[in-house]
Amino acid sequence: MERDEIKSIIESLLFVADGPQTLQRIGEALDQADRQTIQGVLAELQAEYEGQNRGVRLVEVAGGYQLRTAKANADWVKKFLGGRPARMGKATLETLAIVAYRQPITKAEVEAIRGVDVDGVITTLLERNLIRAVARKDVPGRPFLYGTTPEFLQLFNLKDLSHLPTLKEMEEISLPEIPGEVFPVDHLDES
Amino acid sequence: MSTRVQLEIFEGPLDLLLHLIKKNEVSITDIPIATITEQYLATLDLMQTFNLDVAGEFLVMAATLIHIKSRELLPGGDEEPDEEEGVDPRAELVRRLLEYQRYKEAAAELEQREVLTRDVFVRASPPVEEAGPREFREVSVFELLGALKRVIDRLPKDIAHEVTLEKITVREKMTMLLDQLRHQSRVLFESLFAEVKSRLEIVVTFLAMLELVKVRAIRISQDQPGGEIVIEAAAGMEEAAELVVLDEAEEKQDGA
Repeated sequence: MERDEIKSIIESLLFVADGPQTLQRIGEALDQADRQTIQGVLAELQAEYEGQNRGVRLVEVAGGYQLRTAKANADWVKKFLGGRPARMGKATLETLAIVAYRQPITKAEVEAIRGVDVDGVITTLLERNLIRAVARKDVPGRPFLYGTTPEFLQLFNLKDLSHLPTLKEMEEISLPEIPGEVFPVDHLDES
Repeated sequence: MSTRVQLEIFEGPLDLLLHLIKKNEVSITDIPIATITEQYLATLDLMQTFNLDVAGEFLVMAATLIHIKSRELLPGGDEEPDEEEGVDPRAELVRRLLEYQRYKEAAAELEQREVLTRDVFVRASPPVEEAGPREFREVSVFELLGALKRVIDRLPKDIAHEVTLEKITVREKMTMLLDQLRHQSRVLFESLFAEVKSRLEIVVTFLAMLELVKVRAIRISQDQPGGEIVIEAAAGMEEAAELVVLDEAEEKQDGA
């Protein structure tokens, strides 16, 4: 198969695909083409969409490749599709972030960090398939340990969990002694 | 003259504390505890005035703040770690605030990414075949006739005469088939004819099936060309069945 032909086929496959497609899956669909060629072709496609400022982009997400609309067109696409996307509240987002960075983690552990009850939020996240129970913790009560799903990666356009934005270090934690009474204006040592 | 009250909805006591710390432009590790405690309690009051549900966690934090404040009022109170309490409540609060802030920032960063169905979109999934989990295709008339022919061909050829004239009507067969579908959601076309002994009955059964398709009581499908033909109850089977049974009752009355 000619390289151009492979590129054309891959583009068609990605167009009809439901969800991100792995290299492996694309390779199988093409029968013979070797991984390296496919990877090269995908990179070319990606560059073409980007370079020509097209309305569709090829992104690497959740361990695969997927065609997505260009961010610049978001408002038009939204208007065209009608319907209002489910907005994620602050509580949901924070809880999701904690699960994402600390997984696997129990509900009680999330609550300890947030300082509030997260029952309802966890249920919402489970229903939206953004987190799932991955195991049980070997402590009294054997609570569920939660982790994120591929849908989570898709939602935030993440290639995999290692691509989560880096967490700020907590070096300040070790700062020991605290002075007695302090007046705000003199202390603007923002961290 | 109007008073403007700005009241944010706080996710919890830590969220409220972080807000106050930011508002006062102080550092988490350097909280002016008296000021912050005062403002914290004032906010709780305000929340209660507005009939907002002040969760128990907010009150626990209020107690913690007051506790820290009172400790620091004691001379030399914070020079040595309190043996009885183990952890210094202030250090513990600072640790929790820092940790919470860290995830709050992480959440904000996630939100800035290209969020699916907000910033970017994917092609809508194609409408799924209404036949359910397995992908079925519609059966053509020719395939039905072919299947019918196979059934007829299976009849023993060496019967010379049909002695008894079976009085089975299309309507009776329809009722039977509907009953069958109430017990099992799917019936194989071939199995419809398993017990059938005569050509006439085959034809009657076949007509009953077609009639039920016509009134949209059942659906006929096939998972692949030449594959098994499956009969399933359609969404409106019961309504359609009622009509059929009604007709049958009338017919019987007429005959009597």
